[in-house]
Amino acid sequence: MMKMTDQPIVPERLRAELCNEAAGALVAFEGWIRNENEGQQVLRLEYEAYDPLCVSEGRRVIEEALQNFPVLQANCVHRTGLLELGECAVWVGVTSAHRDEAFVACRFIIDQVKVRLPIWKKEHYVNGDSGWVNCERCAGHGKHSSRDVPQAAAIGKAT
Amino acid sequence: MSKKITVRYFALFREHAGLDAETISTDAETTADVFRLLKHRHGAAEPLAHCKVAINDEMADWNSPIADGDVILLFPPVAGG
Repeated sequence: MMKMTDQPIVPERLRAELCNEAAGALVAFEGWIRNENEGQQVLRLEYEAYDPLCVSEGRRVIEEALQNFPVLQANCVHRTGLLELGECAVWVGVTSAHRDEAFVACRFIIDQVKVRLPIWKKEHYVNGDSGWVNCERCAGHGKHSSRDVPQAAAIGKAT
Repeated sequence: MSKKITVRYFALFREHAGLDAETISTDAETTADVFRLLKHRHGAAEPLAHCKVAINDEMADWNSPIADGDVILLFPPVAGG
């Protein structure tokens, strides 16, 4: 499931949606709004997204995770709108029989979401300035993910 | 041959263009041609390789052909998460 929302993300609710007696592991990632970026003090973040393509591309990413890693289920929710410090901007949860594949699939999904989905964030700084976050660091994360995340074969579908 | 297309702008590109969308007549053959048009008309400076494009709500490449009536979505560098 891939969902975009302008409402606060409630991790407990999302976790409950993944309950499954065949699962021995849940790995969840939460992306939070932090108070600093590249030396600038951040006050809040504004997320803009093109929802139709975020949903279709996000579903593709999750489908790839389900095909490439032996996991049971994977969900992702991404916020839009104005977010204050400490708020959850993105949530990814993956269940599997064993923990290794859930960790790897969760990492795969968040890395792909960051580089593939049409989402933009504008940082509002304490000094009154604001600016769109460019993609250079995100592109770096994308390269990192494809290089370092083990593929399904390395984990073994039978584990 | 000249075609009429709608170009939609997002985030930084919307700010460059000062509008959400515009319908234009163009000789552009590919999405890359449309991107160059954006740079020419609105002064966007972001490298093409860092940006993304979609046609009629489907992700596309920069060498994708465009047709009369297409809606081209120009995405500046993404930064989700």
